[in-house]
Amino acid sequence: MSDAVATTADVVRVHVPARSWRSELRAVKIVWYRELIRFANDRVRIVTSLVQPLLFLFVLGAGLQQLSSASTDGVNLKTFIYPGVLCMSVMFTAMFSAASIVWDREYGFLREMMVAPVRRSSIVVGKCLGGATVAGFQGLIMIVLAPAVGVPYSVTLVLGVFALQLLLAFAITAFGVMVAARITQIQSFMGVMQLVVMPMFFLSGALFPVTNLPGWLAVLNRLDPLTYAVEPMRSLVFAHLDLSSSAEAALNPGITWFGWTVPVALSVFTVFALGMTMLAIAIWEFNAGD
Amino acid sequence: MTDAAATPAISVKSLRKSFGDFEAVRGVDFEVETGEVFGFLGPNGAGKTTTINMLCTLTKPSGGAATVAGHDVVAARDEVRRHIGLVFQDPTLDGYLSAAQNLRLHAELYGVPKAAVAPRMRQVLEMVGLWERRDGQVLTFSGGMRRRLEIARGLMHSPRVLFLDEPTIGLDPQTRSSIWGYIRQLQESEEITIFMTTHYMDEAEFCGRIAIMDHGEIVALDTPEALKEAVGADRIRIETDDDGAAIEAIGERFGLEATVSEGAVSFAVPDGEEFVPRLFAELGVPIRSVSLSRPTLDDVFMSHTGTTIRDAEESSAKNRAKMSAQMMARTRA
Repeated sequence: MSDAVATTADVVRVHVPARSWRSELRAVKIVWYRELIRFANDRVRIVTSLVQPLLFLFVLGAGLQQLSSASTDGVNLKTFIYPGVLCMSVMFTAMFSAASIVWDREYGFLREMMVAPVRRSSIVVGKCLGGATVAGFQGLIMIVLAPAVGVPYSVTLVLGVFALQLLLAFAITAFGVMVAARITQIQSFMGVMQLVVMPMFFLSGALFPVTNLPGWLAVLNRLDPLTYAVEPMRSLVFAHLDLSSSAEAALNPGITWFGWTVPVALSVFTVFALGMTMLAIAIWEFNAGD
Repeated sequence: MTDAAATPAISVKSLRKSFGDFEAVRGVDFEVETGEVFGFLGPNGAGKTTTINMLCTLTKPSGGAATVAGHDVVAARDEVRRHIGLVFQDPTLDGYLSAAQNLRLHAELYGVPKAAVAPRMRQVLEMVGLWERRDGQVLTFSGGMRRRLEIARGLMHSPRVLFLDEPTIGLDPQTRSSIWGYIRQLQESEEITIFMTTHYMDEAEFCGRIAIMDHGEIVALDTPEALKEAVGADRIRIETDDDGAAIEAIGERFGLEATVSEGAVSFAVPDGEEFVPRLFAELGVPIRSVSLSRPTLDDVFMSHTGTTIRDAEESSAKNRAKMSAQMMARTRA
C-alpha cells in the first residue's frame, strides 16, 4: 500500500506535444504493428489461409496436368499456375486483414482509433500497410515452395516476387478497407469480398493464358485489375525458367490492349495506381464518417 | 478555491443538435469548473449521449458552441481530443492484445513522449490494480477488470477532462466502490475534471454538481444538496390512534393533503423539522410515532423528469444484456 501511495504522490504527468508529422508517423506505425501482433497471435488464420492456394497449386495443378500436357509445350501445369497462386495467396490474407476493420467496429475498438488526435488517414494507411505486410509474410511461405513446382530459387526471383506480392496485398487491403468503410456487418462484408475476389481471381489469367480467349472473356480479363498483377508475376517467374520460345509465346503472351502489348512496368503501375486510388477513397470515406 | 478568472474545464453555450426533424439537444448552457466531478443525468433518449458526443468531438453540433479544456470542440478538434480521456459505456478494448499492449497502442496514438510511456503505464495500471495482469490477454479479463483497464487507458495521456459514460454500470458493488475510489484519488492527485453519466443515484450523490437533462434540455443543475432542497418538501410519516381523524385534522389545520400508506399517515411539507413540534402541539390526535425523511435524488429526478431513474436504468440494462449476449455469441462463433 505504501508503495502505491508513493507512486501516486509522485504523479507521472504526461505532456502530450502538439501534433506533427512525427506523431502521425507514430500512429501509422502502431496501427501497422497491431496488425502484425494480431496476425502472429492467430496461428489458425495463418494455416487456413494457406489451404486454398495449396489446393489450387497441387491438387488442381496435378490433376489437370493430365489433360493439358499437350498444350503447355512441355511446361508442367503447376509451374504455369504458380504465379497465379502466388497472387492468390496474398489476396485472401489481405482480404482478411481488411475485414478486421469491420470486426474492430463491431467490438468498439475502431472508436478508440477514431477519437485519437491523429489524422484518419494515418489510421487507414497504417491498416493498409499492416495488411500488406501480413500478406507478404504469407506470400513468403508460397515463395519457399518454388522448387516443388520446378522453379529454382534465385535472389532476384525471391525479391521480385515478394515486392509484387506486397504491392498486390496493399492494393487488395486498400480495396477491402474502402468497402469496410461502408459495410458495417461482417457477414455482408465477407459476402461482398467473395463476390468480388473470386471472379477477379478466375478472370485474371491466373489459371489460363490470356490469348485466344472468347471475346467477352478477353474484355473481362482486360478489365480485371488482378490481370495486371498476375502477368508481371508470371513474366518474372518465367524469366527464371529455361523455356522454349514457343512455350513462352503460348503461356505468357502478355496483355494486349487492341493489339498493343502492355509493358510489364505499366501493368505494375496500374496495380499501384488502383491501390492508391482506393486508398484515397478509403481515407475520404473515413474522414467523412462522422 | 478555483480562480474565478480560470477557464472552466467545460463551457457550453446554447449547444444544439438535430437529426433531420428531431431535435436531440435543444440549446443547453452550462459550465464545469476545473477539478469538479460533474454528474450528467437523464432518462434514456434525453440527449445525454448526443451532448457527450459533441463535447468529445465525435458529433458536430448543429448550433451553439462548446469549449473543452479551453479549446473549441469544432475549430480545435484535435486539441480537444488530446486533452480528454474517454471511457465509453461500450467496450473499446482490443481483446486479442494484452492489457499493456492496449495501453501502449493508446500512448502511441496520443503521442505520449516515449520516455513517459513505461512509468505512466505502471502508474495507471497500479491505480486500477491491474499491474500484475499487464501481460494477460484482455479477452480473459472479467467485465470489471476491462472497465478498470479502460479507465487506466483513458488516463494514459494525462487528460485534463475525463469523460466517463456509465463507468460502473453492470459491475458488482465492490468494483463500483473501487472505481469511485480511483475517481477520488484522481481528483486529489491530478486536478482532473470528471464529467460522468450514471444511473445510480447513490453514486450521483458523490458528484460535486449534477445536471439533469430531459427532452434535449437541462431541467435542473446544482449541487445534490441544493437540488434536494429545491424539491422542497420533506416527507413525514406518523402513526396515530385514529388515522381518519388525523388526515382530517391535517387538512383542516395545516392545509396539507395526507394519505394512508403501509399503516401510517404520510404527507409532504417544507422544513419538516420545524413542522414536527407544531404537529404535536396542534394536531389534537394522539401520535404514537413520527418519522421524517429528506427528499432523495430519486425524488429530484422524479420531480424533473416524471420518471424514476430506476425505470430508465432498467430499460438501459435490458439493452445492455441483449448486447452482451450478442457479443458472447459472436465471440464463440
